[in-house]
Amino acid sequence: MDAIAIDGLTKEFGAVTAVDNLSFSVEQGELFGLLGPNGAGKSTLINMLVTLLQPSEGAARINGHDITEEQGKVRDSLGIVFQEPAVDEELTGAENLAFHARLYGKRKTERDERIPEVLELVDLVDEADMPVKNYSGGMQRRLEIGRGLMHEPEVLFLDEPTSGLDARTRRDTWEYIQRLNEEVGMTIVITTHFMDEADFLCERVAIMDQGTVVAVDSPENLTASLGGDIVTLSLGGTPKELFDRLDDQPWVREYTVTDTDVAITLENGDTRVADLVRLADEVGVVITSVDLHTPSLEDVFLSLTGSTMAEREATTTDEESSERDPSNGERTSDDHFEAAEVTE
Amino acid sequence: MSLVDPLGIYGLWLRDVKRFLRTPSQIIGSLAFPLMFLVFLGFGLSGAAIPGLPEGVDYLQYLVPGIIGFTMLFGASFAGLAILSDQDVGFLKEILVAPVSRTSIVLGRIAGGSTTAIVQAVLILLISIPLGFEFAGWLSLPLTAVFLVLIAITFVGLGIALASQFSDSEGFSLIVQFLIFPLLFLSGALFPIEGFPEPVQYLALINPLTYGVDGLRAALVGASTYPLIVDFGALVISSVVMVSLGAYLFERVEAV
Repeated sequence: MDAIAIDGLTKEFGAVTAVDNLSFSVEQGELFGLLGPNGAGKSTLINMLVTLLQPSEGAARINGHDITEEQGKVRDSLGIVFQEPAVDEELTGAENLAFHARLYGKRKTERDERIPEVLELVDLVDEADMPVKNYSGGMQRRLEIGRGLMHEPEVLFLDEPTSGLDARTRRDTWEYIQRLNEEVGMTIVITTHFMDEADFLCERVAIMDQGTVVAVDSPENLTASLGGDIVTLSLGGTPKELFDRLDDQPWVREYTVTDTDVAITLENGDTRVADLVRLADEVGVVITSVDLHTPSLEDVFLSLTGSTMAEREATTTDEESSERDPSNGERTSDDHFEAAEVTE
Repeated sequence: MSLVDPLGIYGLWLRDVKRFLRTPSQIIGSLAFPLMFLVFLGFGLSGAAIPGLPEGVDYLQYLVPGIIGFTMLFGASFAGLAILSDQDVGFLKEILVAPVSRTSIVLGRIAGGSTTAIVQAVLILLISIPLGFEFAGWLSLPLTAVFLVLIAITFVGLGIALASQFSDSEGFSLIVQFLIFPLLFLSGALFPIEGFPEPVQYLALINPLTYGVDGLRAALVGASTYPLIVDFGALVISSVVMVSLGAYLFERVEAV
């Protein structure tokens, strides 16, 4: 039995389809990632799976329990850590855990046994009797993960588990998540818009874009599917002549044009850089920078959707405020890459 | 998921009580208003000829049960506010995703909110004794307790029903302020309603606080407008109605 089986799940908010006819499954014991830009529908999907939102169409099962027909059983068998902090700051760490345990029907003897275990697991034994308002961000996050584990769920959902955490705490949180998955054998589903997080943590990822899943596979297979290397050229514009020339080259596997960049997938990228520069020179195009790298999940996203994650996020927020041509949109990918680099 | 889950209800109650005890500012803040009314009206109008006062009852005696009712209203509105502040900080989702029925959540909230409101009312009662209030006798205390519980359930239920219709605490606070004072003035808590025009008096008859304050007055002072059984019956009905309404409306709250 799959830990999660999703079949044609759809959620509409008025005219907006946040999640569009999704189908995929997550195996028992898997560390699975939902990767996509903000606004791709990841949180909506999670909220449906944890019974906080009713699907408009389709069905899903958690450990064999239907999310609309058997809400009680579904809730019993899952734990969730929300994106925004959701702890009672007036209570101590141990009291937060006890509160949670009571809601999940754990009697005193079970609580007395389980609470110290969980505190040990998330490394908060010394801070157990401190009010949560005195906790640091990382400690709060750990407490929430611990709380999600209190009732020993079979599936744990972590919605953007490291957003808002500093680089060191992020690393630590990753290690906790990995340890949980390996030592306890728990199925863990994380949502993230950080490529490096998905790459580092997940055995398989589902790449989400605009409410649909565009690919499901291991990060290795996804990047290998692109083949070869990626050369990104920053250009003074988007000259058609250059693209025509690229079309003619047998060694260019594919290329994707964004704003002022062109990302070219090819074999033996290091030996082809000179050829690319020559091509550009012939048609009189100015190259402002050249970057050569092996494919990352970011490149996979670009290749599958035709835009970078940063552009997707920029356009989703633009749609809310005003219509703006995405090609004139400001590049925000810089902070994106920065976030990815911190942990390299 | 059983409709009524005692352990879940207890957990919610315990949390409310702990939070209440840990925020003395909230206790003092919620007592300040009723206490001002008690002191300023109680002394300011002592000895004044107020039309409609029961025979042989002086104004302070008349006022104290009313102020206790007022305190309950205030305490209950905090319970509604607590739900919205949980929503503001995202804690409500943590409660809603647990395998506990919405009805149990509402019952737990009512238990917690009622307890804290009753504690505040008892504090006001204790403060009123050195100010000159004399209650009818120790035997009146169990009856007082019954009425306090019924008033608490009614108005905490109302608070939750109202809170479920708002998505943020600001709008709710505004409405509550507009609601508390009409409920108070139209209940006979501060002065007899006999002076009002007849149509307005009918409004008082559908105000649960009218019966609450009257019942408290019967228990504490031994003088009341309506028979005790009428007060009791009206409050039982209003409790049931408000709890059902709160549970019904909360069931439909969108979690995200």
